[in-house]
Amino acid sequence: MDKFENLSGVAAPMPMINVDTDMIIPKQFLKTIKRSGLGVNLFDEMRYDEDGKEIPDFVLNQPAYRDAEILVAGDNFGCGSSREHAPWAIKDFGIRCVIAPSFADIFYNNCFKNGILPIALPQEQVDILMAEAQKGSNARIEVDLEAQTVTTSDGTKIAFEVDAFKKHCLLEGLDDIGLTMEKAAAIDTFEASASAARPWV
Amino acid sequence: MSPKTLYDKIWDAHLVHEADDGTCLLYIDRHLVHEVTSPQAFEGLRMTGRTVRAPDKTIAVPDHNVPTTLDRANAETMTEDSRIQVAALDTNAKEFGLHYYPVSDVRQGIVHIVGPEQGWTLPGMTVVCGDSHTATHGAFGALAHGIGTSEVEHVLATQTLIQRKGKNMKVEITGKLAPGVTAKDITLSVIGVTGTAGGTGYVIEYCGEAIRDLSMEGRMTVCNMAIEGGARAGLIAPDEKTFEYCHGRPNAPKGSNWDAALAWWKTLYSDDDAHWDKVVTLRGEDIAPVVTWGTSPEDVLPITATVPAASDFTGGKVEAAQRSLDYMGLTAGTPLRDVEIDTVFIGSCTNGRIEDLRAAAAILKGKKIAVKRAMIVPGSGLVRAQAEEEGLADIFKEAGFEWRLAGCSMCLAMNPDQLSPGERCAATSNRNFEGRQGRGGRTHLMSPAMAAAAAVTGKLTDVREMM
Ligand code: SF4
Repeated sequence: MDKFENLSGVAAPMPMINVDTDMIIPKQFLKTIKRSGLGVNLFDEMRYDEDGKEIPDFVLNQPAYRDAEILVAGDNFGCGSSREHAPWAIKDFGIRCVIAPSFADIFYNNCFKNGILPIALPQEQVDILMAEAQKGSNARIEVDLEAQTVTTSDGTKIAFEVDAFKKHCLLEGLDDIGLTMEKAAAIDTFEASASAARPWV
Repeated sequence: MSPKTLYDKIWDAHLVHEADDGTCLLYIDRHLVHEVTSPQAFEGLRMTGRTVRAPDKTIAVPDHNVPTTLDRANAETMTEDSRIQVAALDTNAKEFGLHYYPVSDVRQGIVHIVGPEQGWTLPGMTVVCGDSHTATHGAFGALAHGIGTSEVEHVLATQTLIQRKGKNMKVEITGKLAPGVTAKDITLSVIGVTGTAGGTGYVIEYCGEAIRDLSMEGRMTVCNMAIEGGARAGLIAPDEKTFEYCHGRPNAPKGSNWDAALAWWKTLYSDDDAHWDKVVTLRGEDIAPVVTWGTSPEDVLPITATVPAASDFTGGKVEAAQRSLDYMGLTAGTPLRDVEIDTVFIGSCTNGRIEDLRAAAAILKGKKIAVKRAMIVPGSGLVRAQAEEEGLADIFKEAGFEWRLAGCSMCLAMNPDQLSPGERCAATSNRNFEGRQGRGGRTHLMSPAMAAAAAVTGKLTDVREMM
C-alpha cells in the first residue's frame, strides 16, 4: 500500500454530519474495474449539476479548496456501504487525511489500506480545525503521523490517537497481505485443527 | 471459565493469531463475492502472483448491477461497463475455481439471500463479503460483516482477516409485537433510538422474546440493518428455528456431520452473566409500523406521526434535518399519512425473501395500485419460483406490479431501475441516502406490508387500517 508522508496542506471544511458513501462516490461510478480515476467524481452529485457543470458553492469547487489535501467533516463520516471506491475517490482527488469526530468502521478501515489517514478527534477540537479550514488556502494544517499531532497555522497543536499497527503499516507503506502470508504456518495449523473440530465447514 | 457472549465464543473459535498490541488474525469460513467490489481484488492477486487460498469456501454471484427485466438474457440490456464487470466475475470465478451462480442459474440472486438459501451460511461461522449488508448472515448466529476490496483481496489470498475485537452490545426486544408490526419495524425503530452511529465499534446481539418469535426471514431483516445502526455485525443466537432452516440445504452438513454440527451449535449463546459494554432495551408492544422521513435511516417515525421540524433537533442534526427536509420536499407538521407516493419498490436483501412477498401479497390481494409504478424484485431465482408456485406472482401482476427477476435493482439503482429527480418511493430496502435510488430520488423506508399498503392508496399508509 501507499506510504503516508507527513503532510502540510489546505483543509477543506465540510461541516455536515453523516456524510455517507453514496455522497462520496455515487453508485454509477462503481462500475469500474480499476482503482484509479475516481477523483473527478468525488462527491459527484454535490459537486456537479445535472448537466455536469460545477456547482460553484460546493467546497471543492471553490478556488481556495480545489487542491485541498485534508478534509474536515462532521460526525459519522463515511457511513453506509463498504465500497472502497470511497477512499479511492478521495485519494485520487488528492486528499490524504480526513478529520472528523467519528467515522463509520468499514470506511475507517478502508482508508488505511489506501494510504489515507483518518483522524478522529473530540468535537471541540474538530471545531477548532473546522474554523481553521474555513480561513481558506492561507491556513495550512500540518499533520504529523509519527508524532501523532495536527498543527494549525497559528501553531495550535492537537494530539490524536491511532492504532499502533495501522500507524506502522501506513508509515512504512506495508502490504498487509504480505505480512499475513508470513504467518502461513499459523494459518495452516489453525486450518488443520479447525477442520478436525468442525469438519462440516 | 469466564462467561462469554456469543460474539466472544465465535471470535475465540476463529482466532489464528493475536499480537501483543491486540491485532488479531481471524480465520474466515465463508467468503461471498459479487461483481462490484471484487474485480480490483482479483486483479491484485494476479499482479502479485498470488492465488485464492480456499476456493471451496468462496462463493461468487453477480447481483448488484445485473438487469432484473425479463429480457436480461439479452446482453444488450446491460450497459457496457456493467457487462464488463459481470464478465470479470465470470472469468474470475472460473479461473480460480470458486462456487459460482451465474445470471443464467435459477439459484442466482442477491448474495445475502443466496448464501443462507444454499446452506453456505451456518451457525458459528465467520462470514465476510465486500458488502456492508453481510450483517444479514448474523441471523444464523454467524459472525458476519462487510469488508472493503483490499480486505477482499486479503481474504482471497490468506482466508484470514486482520481485525481488532469489537465491543459487545445487547439489543433486547421484550414481549410481543402488535399486529401489523414486523421485523423491519423492529430494526428501524432500534436505529431510531441508537442513531446511525450508535453501534459503531460494537457487535450487536439481538435477543428477547420478540426476536425469538421471528422467523429466520425476519431475523435476517433485523440483522441486515445492524450496519445502518453503525455496527459491523449483528447476531442472533441460533435455536430450533435456525437448525430447521439449515437442515437439508444443499451445502449444510449431512449425516454424522450434521449431528456434530448441531452439538456445537447448541453451545452458541451468550452466557447468563456475560459482560455487555452497552445495552438497549425496547418493549415489543411499543413498536409501531414506522417509515423514514429523511435521508438517514435514523430519521424514523411511527406512521401516525407528523413530519418533524429541524428545530426539534439539536447540534449538527439541526442542519442535517433541514437538508433532509429540503431534499425530501417535506414540510414540518404534515401528517406522514398525507405524503403522496409515486413509486413502490419491494425487494432487496432486507426484504426480498418469500415471507416478505407473502406479507405484500396479503395486502395486495384483489386490489389495484394507485401509484405510477410499482415493482417487486425477488431476492433470488428460487424465491421467485416459490412465489410463482404459491400464486403470489399472479396477485402482484393483477394488482399492477412489475414482476422482476432477481437482483439488487432499485435498492442502489446501479442498473436501469432508478428514480428520477423528485420521484417519491416507498421502498423496502435499507438506505434512504440522498441519491441512493437515483439522483434526486426520495426514498421512504418501510416494511413490505407498509409498502404494499402505500401502493394501494398512493400515500404513506398505516397498514393496520387495511388488515
Ligand atoms: S440489495 Fe441493496 S443493500 Fe442488499 S446487497 Fe444489494 S445493493 Fe446492497
